[in-house]
Amino acid sequence: MAAVKLVELAHARSGDKGDVVNIGVVAYEPEHYPLLAETLTAGRVQEHFGDMVKGKVVRYELPNLHALNFVLPRALGGGGTVSLMMDAQGKVFSTALLRMDVEVPDEIAGRVRGRGREPPYPCTDETSS
Amino acid sequence: MRARGGGARTVRVAGAGGFWGDDLEAPVRQVEEGPIDYLVMDYLAEVTMSILHKQRARDPRAGYARDFVALMERVLPACLERGVRVVANAGGVNPGGCAGEVALAARRAGVGGRLRLGVVTGDDLMPRLDELLAGGHELRNMETGEPLTSIRDRVTGANVYLGAFPIAEALGRGADVVVTGRCVDAALTLGPLLHEFGWAADDHDRLAAGVVAGHVNECGAQCTGGNAMAEWWSIPDLDRVGFPIIEAEPSGDFVVTKHEESGGRVSPATVTEQIVYEIGDPAAYPTPDVVADFTAVRLSGAGKDRVRVTGARGRPPTGWLKASIVYSGGWRAVGTLVYAWPDAAAKARAAARVLRARLDRLGLRFDEMRADLVGWDSTHGALAGPPPPDQPEVQLRVAVRGGERAAVERFTREIAPLVLTGPPSVTGFGEGRPRVREVAAFWPALVPREAVDPFVRVETREA
Repeated sequence: MAAVKLVELAHARSGDKGDVVNIGVVAYEPEHYPLLAETLTAGRVQEHFGDMVKGKVVRYELPNLHALNFVLPRALGGGGTVSLMMDAQGKVFSTALLRMDVEVPDEIAGRVRGRGREPPYPCTDETSS
Repeated sequence: MRARGGGARTVRVAGAGGFWGDDLEAPVRQVEEGPIDYLVMDYLAEVTMSILHKQRARDPRAGYARDFVALMERVLPACLERGVRVVANAGGVNPGGCAGEVALAARRAGVGGRLRLGVVTGDDLMPRLDELLAGGHELRNMETGEPLTSIRDRVTGANVYLGAFPIAEALGRGADVVVTGRCVDAALTLGPLLHEFGWAADDHDRLAAGVVAGHVNECGAQCTGGNAMAEWWSIPDLDRVGFPIIEAEPSGDFVVTKHEESGGRVSPATVTEQIVYEIGDPAAYPTPDVVADFTAVRLSGAGKDRVRVTGARGRPPTGWLKASIVYSGGWRAVGTLVYAWPDAAAKARAAARVLRARLDRLGLRFDEMRADLVGWDSTHGALAGPPPPDQPEVQLRVAVRGGERAAVERFTREIAPLVLTGPPSVTGFGEGRPRVREVAAFWPALVPREAVDPFVRVETREA
């Protein structure tokens, strides 16, 4: 087994409803969906976000779309214009989740390494011109 | 032109805006760059509704998306010429006022005598709020469970989300342009499909298919390559990104596509990202017309920039409609400064400490105050890890919120002084004092369907 970043296995989009964030996580390869469904439990996501999410994370499955939907209550400091957060509408919670380390078989790790980042990967320097 | 009067036919519903402030040229491109049957635009985010409520409070003739009126003046002649009908929730909190202005715009565009205008109203609950409360409806906050009475005196607006049938009715009565107030975003697409295909209220699977189509369509280019994460660097020509076109069939199946020469991309990846956007339980997506099951949906490639969507399932709607109640939540302001290398983050944090101490000494109290370092952890929080070594620069962003406007106002005058009285190598204050804004807080609540009935007025009139 080897650790990869979730960003190498899946893409995601997040948004808000009041003080609630939802993150849809979509496997790049349909055959990786079972692995994601097994690994990305609600508990694992809750632990990943720690203090950033005050409510209980709920997970929903969309196997037809090889996607998982995570609902994160009380994550936006009140939400809407009440929230003083930079990301008051939860738009980039998606990529915060994609930072997660995921253990996958070596063979999969070898194939997905670098996926989800602009090639050539790895980026040499975030601030280079 | 589409074939009318039975037989297999598709109806092309073009999404041309996902919020008030979206690409102003998109509706024009949708009309000009290829054949469509309907042009639909969503203007109403919750935050937009609060702005419109404020505008109407100042001027009873205001409270709608003014951009829509200017847009209609531009595109109405072409729409009428080509038989493209327009549906938009641009009416905001004053659909009648909006429609009146559209009528004037039509006249200015030289098509005044030919335009039939539909108006959907009845979403405004404000005049009936106390009656509902007196009738035993507590309008409890769906997130916190608190009864509305706890903030009743601060309520500035209340609107219930309407469904698609009033839109279909307006189209059935011949409207070329339908202006609504608050309705579910998906209704803007479902309405035309109900009208074209004559789907019955209990045809739940087809209604659900229309809701899925509307959900895909409602955020504009977010399903055609905009804000799309999968191989974002390879998505072509976002400068002229194509907005979505739903090619719907009477069965409920539909294809998501865009005009041929436009930029962007329609793929299972871009469409899936939009399907999972802002949903809760995907097996029970509630709307006033149907509870849609997104988990039954299947996507398949149907050629370049074409994705076929099938399999939506639906169940009867619940007896409840969602209302969005807006109330005053005090005042807020956000101030920023930029600190440069060396020790950028340390300087910014020190500046925040200095600012806090000064505000304390002034005796100013806020409900909340936070300082974030943009360029490090302002979006990913602790997940961002330690600050990057030898960071070239960082933006300090300090935000406050409180019930007293004067305190927030004073805060805005304490940012600039930091430039000469705080830690060094600071810049980026050129935009002047931060603006004080009123906080519009939202109170989501459920209203029994029968308590709102009859909640729809449709009028179609000659402009």
